[in-house]
Amino acid sequence: MISRLSAVAFNTFREAVRDRVLYNLILFVLLLLAIAPLFGQISIGLERIILINVGLSAMSLFGIVIAILVGIGLVSREIDKKTLYTILSRPVRRWEFITGKYCGLVMTLTVNAVMMATGFYLALLITGHGWKAADAQLLIPIYFIILQFFIMTAITLLFSAFTTPVFSAIFAFSLFVIGTFSEDLRNFAALTQGFTKWLVTATSYLVPNFSSLNVISQAAHDVPVDGRLVVFNTLYALFYSIAAISAAVVIFERRNLK
Amino acid sequence: MKCLRPKIVWQLLLLAIFLTGAILAQRSVDRVRGRQATLQDVLYIRSGTTLKRASLGYSGLLADIYWTRAIQYFGGGHARNDTRFDLLYPLLDITTDLDPHLIVAYEFGSIFLSQQSGAGQPDQAAALVEKGIRENPKNWHLYFTLGYIHYFDRKDYKAAEIAFQKGSEIPGAQPWMRTMAASMAQHAGEPAVAAAIWRRIYESTEDETVRQNAVQHLQALRVDEETTELQSRVDLYRQKTGQSPSGWQALIQAGLLRGVPRDPTNKPYLLDPQGNVRMKDPIPFVTQGKR
Repeated sequence: MISRLSAVAFNTFREAVRDRVLYNLILFVLLLLAIAPLFGQISIGLERIILINVGLSAMSLFGIVIAILVGIGLVSREIDKKTLYTILSRPVRRWEFITGKYCGLVMTLTVNAVMMATGFYLALLITGHGWKAADAQLLIPIYFIILQFFIMTAITLLFSAFTTPVFSAIFAFSLFVIGTFSEDLRNFAALTQGFTKWLVTATSYLVPNFSSLNVISQAAHDVPVDGRLVVFNTLYALFYSIAAISAAVVIFERRNLK
Repeated sequence: MKCLRPKIVWQLLLLAIFLTGAILAQRSVDRVRGRQATLQDVLYIRSGTTLKRASLGYSGLLADIYWTRAIQYFGGGHARNDTRFDLLYPLLDITTDLDPHLIVAYEFGSIFLSQQSGAGQPDQAAALVEKGIRENPKNWHLYFTLGYIHYFDRKDYKAAEIAFQKGSEIPGAQPWMRTMAASMAQHAGEPAVAAAIWRRIYESTEDETVRQNAVQHLQALRVDEETTELQSRVDLYRQKTGQSPSGWQALIQAGLLRGVPRDPTNKPYLLDPQGNVRMKDPIPFVTQGKR
């Protein structure tokens, strides 16, 4: 089972790395990081804050875009090229195919995040004229960004299991936007009553919570992140991703591929 | 098909377990981050101008989000009987920077800020409405709100008179704005003026919450007036007989009352053995006859 999973995962990783869109986006992020110090020169005294805000936001946004753009084609491309039938005719189960695809894309995004983080730290080093202890704290928002990728990839894969790439992209991006306001949804639920309260609370827990995974502003102001948040966010990202993948598997198992 | 059934059950079970796990983890995250995490995050950038630039033209949408957050912050705190609302003014300031024409933010936001049962910051409330007037000089409602704040919360009757007067000069303003200005000059501080303002608020809005609030204030003013009047009759009875009345019947028999007095909720007023008049079930905003 492990060998079949890793075979699908590594193939997905290889395919994604070959994708030109991927390189363009990374190049764009690196360019953004290169010009970030210029923003800092315009706003006196805010160089570091702007660099962190721009750098980490770009990392998060472009990672999400990559997750969506690559994720939407993971299943449909295999169907279009008829390669899915070859794969499934071998002793590869459908759930192994979905899980393998997920692992492959997560691997790709993690490697990208590491590359972008390296560029980001280089820019920090250049503009900050050296290494600061507070810079180590920035690993936490970067880790949270990777957790966002875990969730986003699972969501994209879930949609691509039953709809077209275009609709998958629309649904996934919409869910990302809603997810960034999920805490507002829960705050809103706290002020309502009866059925509305129940409905809004349920919705706020069903949509992914990206707001607690975004600590970029906090990090830019050197406000330490609670250790418990790291633990619970990790658990949340793992549970949510596995739940989304399980849903994708349930749908894909029932899908008629003829 | 039959062999698939246990498989799907397992998959659905797995889905339910991990979804429950995600919800439980989320609840733990919420507990760690606290109630106002979202608000504290958004207030790292306190400049509405900066946010406006960052919103890439969607400043109206962002203003709506900030306005909703301000309501949630105030409403949530109010429900928990919080007495401090330090983030309210910054939130309203950012909201109105993002959308200077969002009249509701000035009107309702300033009321949240000014009332003693709210944030208790009437000076900042007045500053917010003045900002609204600068941005929307043709809106007479804002002058009315400003006059209201000066009158009730700042007790600055002269400033209230000026606000009502300036508002009445705007084309389209209700004629009673001029009457209001005149009342400020002649009868400021009298309950009748306060009642007139609340009546205007009731008539000029379609918002049910605001109407309810106005009704409660009008009822409270009536209670204040009635309990003061009843108390004076009790005192008169004491002067005549040298003792406290045993109940309303004593006052009726003495010819000081026609019947048992009733409050706006149609419950009889209570007269305790010490001769103090009070409501059976006190309503909000009442200053007299609560105990």
